Amino acid sequence: MDYRTSEGTAGPRGEDLLPASVAAAVKVVIVGGFGVGKTTMVGSVSEIRPLTTEETMTQAGVGVDDIAGVERKTETTVAMDFGRISLNDKLVLYLFGTPGQERFWFLWDGLFEGALGAVVLIDTRRLEVSFDAVGRLEERGVPFVVAVNAFPGAPVHPTAELRAAMDLPDSVPMIDCDARDRASSRDTLLALVRYLQSLHTVTPETP
Amino acid sequence: MSATGKAWDEGGPERLYAVDQNHGPQPSPPRPVELVSLIVARAEPEPGTAPEQAAVLRMCQFPLSVAEISAYLVLPVSTVTVLLAGLLEDGRVEVRAPVPAAELPDPELLQAVMHGLQNL
Ligand SMILES: Nc1nc2c(ncn2[C@@H]2O[C@H](COP(=O)(O)OP(=O)(O)OP(=O)(O)O)[C@@H](O)[C@H]2O)c(=O)[nH]1
Ligand SMILES: [Mg+2]
Repeated sequence: MDYRTSEGTAGPRGEDLLPASVAAAVKVVIVGGFGVGKTTMVGSVSEIRPLTTEETMTQAGVGVDDIAGVERKTETTVAMDFGRISLNDKLVLYLFGTPGQERFWFLWDGLFEGALGAVVLIDTRRLEVSFDAVGRLEERGVPFVVAVNAFPGAPVHPTAELRAAMDLPDSVPMIDCDARDRASSRDTLLALVRYLQSLHTVTPETP
Repeated sequence: MSATGKAWDEGGPERLYAVDQNHGPQPSPPRPVELVSLIVARAEPEPGTAPEQAAVLRMCQFPLSVAEISAYLVLPVSTVTVLLAGLLEDGRVEVRAPVPAAELPDPELLQAVMHGLQNL
């Protein structure tokens, strides 16, 4: 491990300190394919300058040049942007924006465990880049809403068409957003919370 | 485990976001930290303290998540977890656990999140 002289001063800037009264945190994960606006959304609603955390993933090697009986392990570092929103003097929300390479971040178990839910960002010009995220959230049982990020020149499709293309059940909310806009990003998070609230009022029956 | 033999306060962690909660100081048994566990220093670094542990103690004068510590130290979360385990063992830091995972988040919690976002 290397030490830098700045080591002693590493830490939050004065304005980024949380009050001593903060007792617990919750988290929401922002997912979607590469370049759909995840980092932008984290940055637009965060009260702190977005930070980057990382984790080292060990994966059983996929047989490229496997020698029989020898299991190869691959180490990958996955970096994740995140931001923070103080909800009141006791509760704080962390927002994690996953990197584009989803096959790695779904290995990061601690990321989705305990998350309130997720926002799946989509770009209507490249819907397919977010398919994988939707599938994996469904597999894990993480509740999510889909936010259609408004890119200039992106074709406008009726919601029903987008739903069909993404094979989304009617119960999953789909909203328009502009990830660059703070109010719009906040409204997207509010839509997720309202959806979570609605899950309480329906009987959760497995089909 | 509770040495006093007191029953687990089942309603405890879930209710931390309630505004009217009145929490006295309570010793908590060490538990594993998570990405958004909040860490608060309870001691000053001493001359023998490992540099990274000293850095954690210095930056956690106020609550700070494991993710933030990882970001400021530029260390993987798993490395930070190991550093914290050493500090937790002898009570040099306190952990404030995240609101526990539940199939469906508590309505009161969702209400608090909703209000917080509306005030942005
Ligand atoms: N017009 C427009 N541009 C956007 C919007 N959101 C993001 N962008 C731009 O799109 C590009 C990609 O955005 P990022 O936020 O980096 O996307 P990302 O999902 O984090 O990308 P990866 O981390 O590489 O997967 C950037 O140049 C943004 O400025 C949006 O709502 N509207
Ligand atoms: Mg990004």
